[in-house]
Amino acid sequence: MKGLLDQQFENGGVIITKVDDLLNWSRLSSLFPMTFGLACCAIEFMSTGSTVYDMDRFGMVPRATPRQSDVMIVSGTVTFKMADRIKQLYEQMSEPRYVISMGSCSNCGGPYWQHGYHVVKGVDRIIPVDVYVPGCPPRPEALIGGILKLHEKIRNESRMKPTAIEQLIEKESHVS
Amino acid sequence: MSVKREDLLALIRQITSEEVVEIPNSTPYGIIVKKEILLSVCDQLHKNSAFYFDMLSCVTGVDNGPEAGTMEVIYHLYSIPFNHSLALKVILPRENPEVESVASIWKSANWLEREVYDMFGISFKNHPDLRRILMPADWKGYPLRKDYKHEEYYRGVKIEY
Repeated sequence: MKGLLDQQFENGGVIITKVDDLLNWSRLSSLFPMTFGLACCAIEFMSTGSTVYDMDRFGMVPRATPRQSDVMIVSGTVTFKMADRIKQLYEQMSEPRYVISMGSCSNCGGPYWQHGYHVVKGVDRIIPVDVYVPGCPPRPEALIGGILKLHEKIRNESRMKPTAIEQLIEKESHVS
Repeated sequence: MSVKREDLLALIRQITSEEVVEIPNSTPYGIIVKKEILLSVCDQLHKNSAFYFDMLSCVTGVDNGPEAGTMEVIYHLYSIPFNHSLALKVILPRENPEVESVASIWKSANWLEREVYDMFGISFKNHPDLRRILMPADWKGYPLRKDYKHEEYYRGVKIEY
């Protein structure tokens, strides 16, 4: 499939597109990740940002504050002591916000699943996760794979049927 | 390099008349110290110009389990000018284990003892700031004790896999 701009340039400089496509395209083309790392996965996250893997080609520039970030890459072991902080950082991000769970530890507890009394067995017990990247730690290629998966997810979003609100309404109706 | 055995035994003899018990096969050379005299022994080892242990490199806790009914605290001392080291071991009862803090002698004891307190629940008398250091402040239990069982939930999040 051609990119949005490639398709439409023949028609005399006029671009016709859907609002959905335009917004999704702009969203997925500048996903600012939060500068945030928890363990060894953070090293791979850092090298994803380095010259060789060049995260910037996806428009991803790490931001030093949750308020300017669009995606939180949970890179590493989530301990119970850290859990509250992660939740708070997630809540400080403005919507639309996305979460990539990077590596076995934040997916499911990883090597700490059995005897790790201090480890949250999956960051999805605290915050909602969009994409899980397997690996221990995942190589930068795997993380980029996860980022592309998130792009795919965002590309198919629509403002006509915002699923998050639907889910919220459904949840509310169960409560009342 | 371990400290000279004869010199050390002579120093201990000045403090207590009791027989000195050595730790078998210990590297570095180590002795078992009664908890009552620990502080004065440490003070001498720090001050005495023949030893000059200016660094406390490690404080470790050991739980021997409910059958044995004892806990241990091991201090690893090191002298930078003499390049010699020494281990001191204190044996404590498993019920209400308490030992004098050496934080007044070595500043590094502050955090090291907090870690032992956090993991084993051994309290250090006259410690300047005895709080948990690794686990959250409201954590229940001491994780490295042999009979430790974690709670089912911590702040509403399930702990078990």
